[in-house]
Amino acid sequence: MSTLVLLTLTGLGLGALYFLIASGLALIFGLMDVLNFAHGAFLTVAAYAAWQTATAVGGISGLLLALITGTLTGLALAVVVERVLIRRLYGRPKEQILVTVGLSLTVPALVQAYAGADSRPFPVPDSLSGTVGVLGAQVPVSRLVLIAAAVLVLTGVRLFLSRTRYGLIVRAGVEDRAMVTALGIDVTRAFTLVFALGGALAGLAGVLAGLYFGSLSPHQGTGLLIFAFVVVIIGGLESITGVALAAVTVGLVQQYANYYVAGGFGDFAVVIVLAAVVLARPAPGRRSVLHRLRELLPVPRPTAGSTPVPTAGGQA
Amino acid sequence: MNPRTAPSGASASTSTSASTSASAAGPAPAAAVTPSPGPAGGAPPGPAPAPGGGVRRGLPQRLRAHRSRLGTAAVLLLLLTLPYSALDIPVLLDGPVNSAGSLQLFALCLVFAGLAVSYDLLFGRTGLLSFGHALYIAGGAYGTQLAMSELGLTLVPAALLTLAAGSAAACLLGAVSLRSLALGGIGFAMVTLAFAQAGSIWVQRNPGGLTGGEEGLPLRADAVPQAFIGVANTVNVYWLALGYLVLTAAVAWTAAASPTGKVWQAVRDNEQRVSVLGRDPFRHKLGAFVLASALALLGGTVYLVVTGGVTPEASTADFTLTLLVMVVLGGAGTRWGPVVGGILFVYLDHRLGALGVSDAVAGLPEWLSAPLSEPLVVLGILFVAAVYLFPGGLTQAGRALRPRRRTPGRDAAEGASA
Repeated sequence: MSTLVLLTLTGLGLGALYFLIASGLALIFGLMDVLNFAHGAFLTVAAYAAWQTATAVGGISGLLLALITGTLTGLALAVVVERVLIRRLYGRPKEQILVTVGLSLTVPALVQAYAGADSRPFPVPDSLSGTVGVLGAQVPVSRLVLIAAAVLVLTGVRLFLSRTRYGLIVRAGVEDRAMVTALGIDVTRAFTLVFALGGALAGLAGVLAGLYFGSLSPHQGTGLLIFAFVVVIIGGLESITGVALAAVTVGLVQQYANYYVAGGFGDFAVVIVLAAVVLARPAPGRRSVLHRLRELLPVPRPTAGSTPVPTAGGQA
Repeated sequence: MNPRTAPSGASASTSTSASTSASAAGPAPAAAVTPSPGPAGGAPPGPAPAPGGGVRRGLPQRLRAHRSRLGTAAVLLLLLTLPYSALDIPVLLDGPVNSAGSLQLFALCLVFAGLAVSYDLLFGRTGLLSFGHALYIAGGAYGTQLAMSELGLTLVPAALLTLAAGSAAACLLGAVSLRSLALGGIGFAMVTLAFAQAGSIWVQRNPGGLTGGEEGLPLRADAVPQAFIGVANTVNVYWLALGYLVLTAAVAWTAAASPTGKVWQAVRDNEQRVSVLGRDPFRHKLGAFVLASALALLGGTVYLVVTGGVTPEASTADFTLTLLVMVVLGGAGTRWGPVVGGILFVYLDHRLGALGVSDAVAGLPEWLSAPLSEPLVVLGILFVAAVYLFPGGLTQAGRALRPRRRTPGRDAAEGASA
C-alpha cells in the first residue's frame, strides 16, 4: 500500500512537471500552429538563471526568488523570440518550426558554452529536500511542491481562459483564427500573450525540474520536451484540462511501469500508450470511442459536438 | 516507372504549384509522358528525367537539361579525383587532400550528404516532417553490428539482413505514424519522434549488454573486409561513402522523377486534391517513408564502417534535427540541396570545432570565445539566418536573386489549369 501511495504521488509529481511544459506547448500550437521546439530551450535558460539566483541567495527565500527569476526569464525570452523571429514568418508554419528547431540546437549549445556541459547540483533548501509521511509512505516534499504548483497553474490558466477578455480571444482564436480576425480583433497581440504565457510556464517548469531532479544540465529541457510532445498528442488541443489529464496519465504510467514491470520500462510504456491513443483516434470527421468517453466526463468544453480536430493543421 | 500510376491529371495539375524541384527538372508533365531513363550502370545518375515531352521545348531547354547532366558528371569527377590529389589547402584542411585525416572527413561529409538525401525524400519531396529518421540510421548501424557479432555474419549479409528487417519495421511503424494525421502533419512528426525516442532509450539502457549503453559499439574488425580497416585504408572507406551517396542520389532522383514521385510532390502540395483525384495519399506516403527508411538503414551501415563504430548519439532526436537542418540549409526538395547541405554542415561542424580551439579564437575575450568553440552555436545561427535570407536553401540562393527565367512549358501548364 505504501509503495502504491509513493508511486502515485511521485507519478503525480512527474505529471505535474509534464503539465507545466505541455500546457504552454498546447496553447501555442492550438492558437498559432507553431510546434515550438524552442520550448525546451526556454526551460533550460530559465533553469540556469534560477540556479544562479538560488545559489547566490540560498535557502527558501533563494528558491522563491529563483522561481520568480526563472519565470520572468522564460517570459522575456519567449516575448523576444516571438517578436523578433516568429512574427515575421506568420502564415508559414513550416518555417516557424524550422526557426524554433534552430533555436533548440543553438540555445543549449550556447548554455553549454558558458556554463559547461556537466550537470550542476540544484540547491534545494533543507526544508524541501526531506520526505514527509503520507499514508505510511515517505514521499519527497519536492514532489508535493510540484503538484501544488501544477494545480495552481491549472486553476490560474483555466480562470484566465474562461473569465478574461484575452482568454476569450485566445479560445476563439484556437477555434477559428480567421473568424476572430474578421471580427476586427488583433490576434497578433494574443499570439504574443500566449507565447509569453507559454514561456513563463516553461520557465517555471525549468525551476521546478531543477527541484525535481536536484540537478540541471544544458540538454535537460530538450529531453523533457519530448515527453511534453507526447502529452500534447494524447491530451489533444481542445482543453487545458485534457492536457492535465494526459500529463497525469503519462506520469503515472511511467512510474508504475518503472516499478512493477522493469526499471526503464516506463518510457516504453508511455510510447505504447501513445500508439494506442493514436490508433484509437479516428480519421478527421469521424467520432471516436475516446471522444465519446470525453463527452461523458463533466468537463466544460469550448467545443460541443464538433469534430475532435482543431483545424486541418499543417496543410495549406 | 510505376505502371500503377497513370500519368494523367494528378501529375499535370500539381506542377502549377510553386515548387522548386520542378523548375530544376523541367516541367513536371514531361516526366509523366516519357519514362525516366534512370542511371545506366554505375554511371552518374541521369539528371533530368528526359528532355522530351514534345511540348514547345526549344534548344535552350535541351541545353539546360544537358548542362545539368554535365554538372553532375563534373561533381562526380571531382569526387573521384580527390583521393589522387596531394593538394595542400592551408586553412581549409589540416593536411593534403589525400591524407587519411582529410579523406576521413570527406567520407563523413558524403555519408551525411547521402543521409540528408534520404531524409529529403520525406521532408522535401513528400512534405512529411519526420522526427524519427535517426531511428533507422541507428537501426542500420546497430543492426549490422549486432548481426555481425551475435549471428557471426560478415558485413554484406549482415547489412542485407538489417536492411530487410529494418524495412519491414519501417512498414509497420510508418503505417502507425501515418495514421495519426488526426492532428495534421504535426501528429506524424510527434509520433515518429516518440518511436525514435523509444529506440534511443532502448539503446542507451543497454539491454542485456547488447548495445553497449552510453559507450556504443566499436566496429568488429574481424567481420569486416580488411580493406576497410586501418588508417592506410581510409581511401577505401571514402569510396564506400561515395558509393553510398551515388546510390542514394540515383535512387532518390529517379524516384522523384517517376510518376510515383510526382504523386509525392502532389501530396506535399495539396493532399486533399490528390485523394479527390483518386490516388491514395496514404499508400504513397508509406512508400516514400519505407524507401527513405531503407536508404537510411543502408546509410547506418555505411556510417558504422566510416566512423568505426556507433554511439547512442546516432539514435537521438538531435541527430534527426541535424539532418533537417542540412536539408533546409541546402534546399529542401531540390536535387543538390541535401547534398550541399550535408557536406557543408559536416565540414563546418568539424572545421569550426578545430577553429574553436585555435589560437585566433583563444585570444578573443571569454564571452566571445566560449560560443565560438561550440560549432552548433555558429551553425544554428547560420541556419536561422538562412531560413530568413534564403527561403529555398543555399542552392536556390542564386535563383532567388536572378530575375525570373522564362519557362514557357511551365507557364503553359499554369495557364491551362488556372
